[in-house]
Amino acid sequence: MADSRIINTTLIRDAIVQLIHEASFQLHPETHKTFIQMRDTEEPGIARQTLDTLIVNDDISAAAQVPLCQDCGSVVVFLEIGQQVIIEGEQLNDAIQGAVAHAYEKYYLRKSIVADPLQRVNTGTNTPSFIHVDMVQGDKLGITVYLKGGGSENMSSLNMFRPTAEEDEIIDYIVQTVRDAGPNPCPPLFLGVGIGGTADVAMLNAKKAVLRKPGSFHPVDYYRELEEKILRRVNDTGVGPLGFGGRNTAAAVYIKEAATHIATLPVALNLNCHSLRYRGIIL
Amino acid sequence: MKPVEIHTPLDQQTIENLKSGTMVALSGTIYTARDRAHQEFQKLLEAGKPLPFDPGGQVLYYAGPSPTPPGKVIGAVGPTTSYRMDPFTGFMLEAGIRGFIGKGKRSQHVREQLVQWGGVYFATFGGAAAFLHTRVVSSRLIAFPHLGPEAVYMLEVADFPLIVVNDIYNGDLYESALPG
Repeated sequence: MADSRIINTTLIRDAIVQLIHEASFQLHPETHKTFIQMRDTEEPGIARQTLDTLIVNDDISAAAQVPLCQDCGSVVVFLEIGQQVIIEGEQLNDAIQGAVAHAYEKYYLRKSIVADPLQRVNTGTNTPSFIHVDMVQGDKLGITVYLKGGGSENMSSLNMFRPTAEEDEIIDYIVQTVRDAGPNPCPPLFLGVGIGGTADVAMLNAKKAVLRKPGSFHPVDYYRELEEKILRRVNDTGVGPLGFGGRNTAAAVYIKEAATHIATLPVALNLNCHSLRYRGIIL
Repeated sequence: MKPVEIHTPLDQQTIENLKSGTMVALSGTIYTARDRAHQEFQKLLEAGKPLPFDPGGQVLYYAGPSPTPPGKVIGAVGPTTSYRMDPFTGFMLEAGIRGFIGKGKRSQHVREQLVQWGGVYFATFGGAAAFLHTRVVSSRLIAFPHLGPEAVYMLEVADFPLIVVNDIYNGDLYESALPG
């Protein structure tokens, strides 16, 4: 049996505080570059001015230490725990929730979580965060912190297709969803598409999909081509930056596929706004 | 294109000059209000009580700012999605509000109410909340502190960038922006 490795929860706490800070005040440098490329190909007028404003927003956020967006998000935490890792210290959940509460207080981030969906009293700490765990091989612990705004989350969609559905039906559904959402989810979007699995797995994969390394390609040729096709079609809608019209309705399309049942073909959409905020670390 | 400069409270002539697609630089006082504040406003109006400010010709900003760090006048302060306030917009127009700032589409019913009452719906730059914070000169919490980020703040803004989405002539920027 391979050697085990001990990781103390103080390390996990510190890492999560740091990741929330980085994600809240500056876009990933590759994401920033994507905005400059979009600006340079955009129509002059309000569309280009909008992209210029989003680029300036990133600069101001970092320099003035004011969050990129006033909606500092739900915190979604993805853990990839190696089987050889032994977690020592406090309860893992307490460490994560404690880190989130600390970061949101320390960095003057907006607390947007209510304790109950119907009673709606703000917890005042932005907790609980929503935690997803995958067990993997090895002695490392991967942590990704993803901050998701409520406005774009409200535009999420799931459709259970017939297993014999044509590819074009799926593309049409995606394009129609983006077109109907229009300005609401703050385009240009980072569009996560979960295909396959069960309904819940597809939705989770739609979230995980946008966390792929910025600028990277899908490893499977078929899906890479499908991503490009969807991106072209979505951009043909003309919704444009913030829905004011223009060429860039989506910055990127990311698919994450999964095995599924012979009777099902779930397709889930995560319309991430232009403010794509996440950071990861491997301990 | 140089933006049209306007000041609050909005007068009839200013409103008549605003057409869908017009870029605007707004200066003066505006009031933040989002979902829960609108519920509270509705309760006050239905009980025959006054709003926490004089609504005549005033402008609501659908926004819930992030906390104000020390040494700053406000935190990040971008718009939230406006359709959630659609059910309350008629009440607000009836009370005297004449401008609404947010992001995203309004219902057909709200567009008709804007025409009927002579109100304007503006969008500002969604998700550009750090940039927009530089256009706020001062802020003061004036109502519903228990609502936290959903409380009502009175903001003094200077050259706050807006674009007219729905005017009093039934124009809609988001529709006219789409091809076909």
